[in-house]
Amino acid sequence: MKIIVCVKQVPDTSGKVAVNPDGTLNRASMAAITNPDDLNAVEAALSLKEQTGAEIIVVSMGPPPAEGMLREVMARGVDRAVLVSGREFGGSDTYATSQILAAAINKIGVGPEDIVMCGRQAIDGDTAQVGPQIAEKLGLPQVSYAAEIKKDGDTLTIKRMLEDGYMTIKVKTPCLITCIKELNTPRYMSVNGIFECYAKPYEIFDYNTLKDDPLIDPSTIGLKGSPTNIFKSFTPPQKGVGMMLEGADKATCDKLAGILAAKHMI
Amino acid sequence: MSNYNSAAIEEFNGGIWVFCEQRQGKMMPTSFELISEGRKLADELGSKLYGLLLGSNVEGIAKELGGYGADGVYVCDSPLLENYTTDGYTKVICDVIREYKPEAMLIGATNIGRDLGPRCAARLHTGLCADCTHLDIDVPKYKDFLRSASTLAPAMIDSIKEDDRNLKMTRPAFGGHLMATIICPRFRPAMATVRPGVMKKAAFDQAKADACQIIKPNFSLTEADLDTQVVEVVKAAKKMVDLIGADVVVSVGRGISKDVEGGIKLAEELAEVLGGVVGGSRATIDSGWLSADHQVGQTGKTVHPKIYVALGISGAIQHKAGMQDSECIIAVNKNESAPIFEIADYGICGDLFKVTPLLIEAIKTAKAAK
Amino acid sequence: MDFVLSKEHQMLRKMYREFAENEVKPLAAEIDEEERFPTETVEKMAKLGMMGIYFPKEYGGAGGDILSYAMCVEELAKVCGTTAVIVSAHTSLCCAPIFEHGTEEQKKKYLPDLLSGKKIGAFGLTEPNAGTDASGQQTTAVLEGDHYVLNGSKCFITNGTVADTIVVFAMTDPKAGNHGISAFIVEKSFPGFSVGKHEKKMGIRGSSTCDLIFQDCIVPKENLLGQEGKGFKIAMMTLDGGRIGIASQALGIGEGAIDEAVKYTQERVQFKKRLSQFQNTQFQLADMHTRMQAAQYLVYAAAMKKQNHEPYSMDAAMAKLFAAEAASDVTRRAVQLFGGYGYTREYPVERMMRDAKITEIYEGTSEVQRMVIASHLGVK
Repeated sequence: MKIIVCVKQVPDTSGKVAVNPDGTLNRASMAAITNPDDLNAVEAALSLKEQTGAEIIVVSMGPPPAEGMLREVMARGVDRAVLVSGREFGGSDTYATSQILAAAINKIGVGPEDIVMCGRQAIDGDTAQVGPQIAEKLGLPQVSYAAEIKKDGDTLTIKRMLEDGYMTIKVKTPCLITCIKELNTPRYMSVNGIFECYAKPYEIFDYNTLKDDPLIDPSTIGLKGSPTNIFKSFTPPQKGVGMMLEGADKATCDKLAGILAAKHMI
Repeated sequence: MSNYNSAAIEEFNGGIWVFCEQRQGKMMPTSFELISEGRKLADELGSKLYGLLLGSNVEGIAKELGGYGADGVYVCDSPLLENYTTDGYTKVICDVIREYKPEAMLIGATNIGRDLGPRCAARLHTGLCADCTHLDIDVPKYKDFLRSASTLAPAMIDSIKEDDRNLKMTRPAFGGHLMATIICPRFRPAMATVRPGVMKKAAFDQAKADACQIIKPNFSLTEADLDTQVVEVVKAAKKMVDLIGADVVVSVGRGISKDVEGGIKLAEELAEVLGGVVGGSRATIDSGWLSADHQVGQTGKTVHPKIYVALGISGAIQHKAGMQDSECIIAVNKNESAPIFEIADYGICGDLFKVTPLLIEAIKTAKAAK
Repeated sequence: MDFVLSKEHQMLRKMYREFAENEVKPLAAEIDEEERFPTETVEKMAKLGMMGIYFPKEYGGAGGDILSYAMCVEELAKVCGTTAVIVSAHTSLCCAPIFEHGTEEQKKKYLPDLLSGKKIGAFGLTEPNAGTDASGQQTTAVLEGDHYVLNGSKCFITNGTVADTIVVFAMTDPKAGNHGISAFIVEKSFPGFSVGKHEKKMGIRGSSTCDLIFQDCIVPKENLLGQEGKGFKIAMMTLDGGRIGIASQALGIGEGAIDEAVKYTQERVQFKKRLSQFQNTQFQLADMHTRMQAAQYLVYAAAMKKQNHEPYSMDAAMAKLFAAEAASDVTRRAVQLFGGYGYTREYPVERMMRDAKITEIYEGTSEVQRMVIASHLGVK
């Protein structure tokens, strides 16, 4: 049994986010971290490993320096890592990214007992699209927003969160699950794990590795193969310095409520 | 490639569609918001607006969508569609889209919409933009939006060509620090999931609801199409939210001392209408007015909610340390030189016992108007 | 010379820091206030291999090196001096002498539980009348058939109340002075062993410090550590290694105080300026950082020498002397930068100042370190 976990290196947007004068993100000023939801997926895989002895493989698409992140994930107990990296893959939107990651997962191979796991969404794009799109490309059933996973033989029982409650869903392997932070608390790297992680198998899949997969077609990957394009990107007006509202009566409160409503805050 | 979307985009002339999510036979509020927004887009595009409703015995709730602007509703009814399943819903929606070829499709960005949207877009081979907060077709209207909601130079906005007829889908990225407008120029339908609560619901028009056309497309769905099985659907009791994860925190400080219980009750009521939780400054914890898990600040918790309301909190440095990164800070304090006002986005100088009830009412009114 | 940390060490730093920030820092004020030993933290550290960092995997260690241990103590001390000394005393004063001087049987019997953190270790050398002058041991051990009988008491024993395994020193030949001291591995369950009073301390208040009492305590003969009469040498070698741990603790406490002061002075406004805009603040912080950076080089150099099996006794003494005095100085200055708030328990710098002081005292006072350094210089 294998569990393949997709992870992404993202800029840490939880702290101060710097924007260049031209409206693009100043990535250099921000720390690169492992996407938080992805760590929940890794943790879910590690606890299933403790239960089943499954081999865990992480897959990431990104530039070569993402190796550092993958080594860190291996220091948490993951068995091996694959970095999908190539010029041809650059500029991919979620659709094209899913094509490429699905091809990489095909290359690793999804057997009848296997599970693919992803974080629900990445904190840079917040789209939550890549997991379900990989599932579609692999022809696997998907369960997203997983907050609890129980495995019994080839059947997984998953608590799938809704805004107003949850669904309990049964699904058989192979399948794809996207994980949310309520699922677990990711473990830390361990001292042993850190001293072992650079000796663990690490592979790079480039365009040549994957090019024979029917999913990899110049018209479906990279910037040119992406169905969506950026029409315009811009920064919203800066948060102004504090504003004292006049008065403390009904009109003042109505005005404040109006501002909050206009900003979609309520 | 079998899943390649090869139809020419001109063939997609079936209007704008809105996936109208229902749960347990009850329409989700976001469906009405999206129909209302979809109406405007359809008018800009000069095409029709349709709802797409899946479920079991849901035809009865379809016509109401007409009252918010739908010209018609495609209703796909099957016992197998009673509960949402990714496989069942995706199959039916993709089959119907392939037959009727809409130009654009809007889906509420609920947990279900964000599961369904990407799966459908991947199957249809088209573009999907997640969690949009603004939509346009007409460029002049889009330019107006940029003028008010961006820091782009006026000349740059003016230079945008006005002939683009794509659906322009605008969404926040990087935690709202950047906004991006996305188009899907080569494939149809252009798909967007739209953040619930953002689009305004139009006024309901009974005559239009009565005139709304119900269309029942042919589709096939059998048990064999379903790989996932919904065992149960549980509506949760109101969730207890902890301070750190809360979207809204209403905190009280020493200012409630003249009526501690009353002050806390007001904070709870305000938190209730804003959908948040109650916190407190160190003074309220040390005095035993609130338990320690409520404390915001240096020795308490660090929070960064969307809205932080400080009621009767002066804003000592150790309190600010725990909340200054909140997106929007609202402060109510009697002392106009209280340091909290230096970091507040909106300050009201007044007695919290008088201001808070007014604010609760104002927010209730504003919410009801949405 | 190479001042760049390896990829593994950089990753370790990140891991220690995340752990310290999330698991240790939130408890630091509470365990200080309540004088509570943080058992839950020790369990978490054990799972991550932090209770046996530099020992081989065959004995249950994490397979790391001395530097990775020093960095662990340093990162823990940045947020909590107590947690740092728990690891340091356990590792340097109990695991290390058993690993370095124990027989294969002793290592196999004791190390797996200690290194995996299932059991906690301590070191019993100091006595009421044998502090800096450790040769004045009054605890005695008499061989009776297959066991020794220990009588006497130890004081100021770090981890004392919680330790399962303790390396204890006693006189087997009172007439032979230093050469009459022997080392033993004592389990807390041995008959005649008990724990005495708990000390109320100025700092590191969450660490358990207590008396150990031996009243006809039966210690099996096979629990003699090293040879009879070699105990004093074992104690001195152990303390050399321990000094790297305490130097790391001092280093971390000082660095932690700087982190707090940098953050605070950028937030605090007086005279309409952030404190960090005043040149006094800038100069103070520059001096503080320079001192701790110098301490870090000394500590890491000592760790690398021990790792490479080079003589490191003088390096460890210099590292501890300098880091401890720097930590006391830097934490005191941090409190001053915080002003009145710094003197309150609302902020951690007063705790850091209290915690820093002990590093000038235990495992050899600063005066002892100077004696060690001078003797290596050949100054008599």
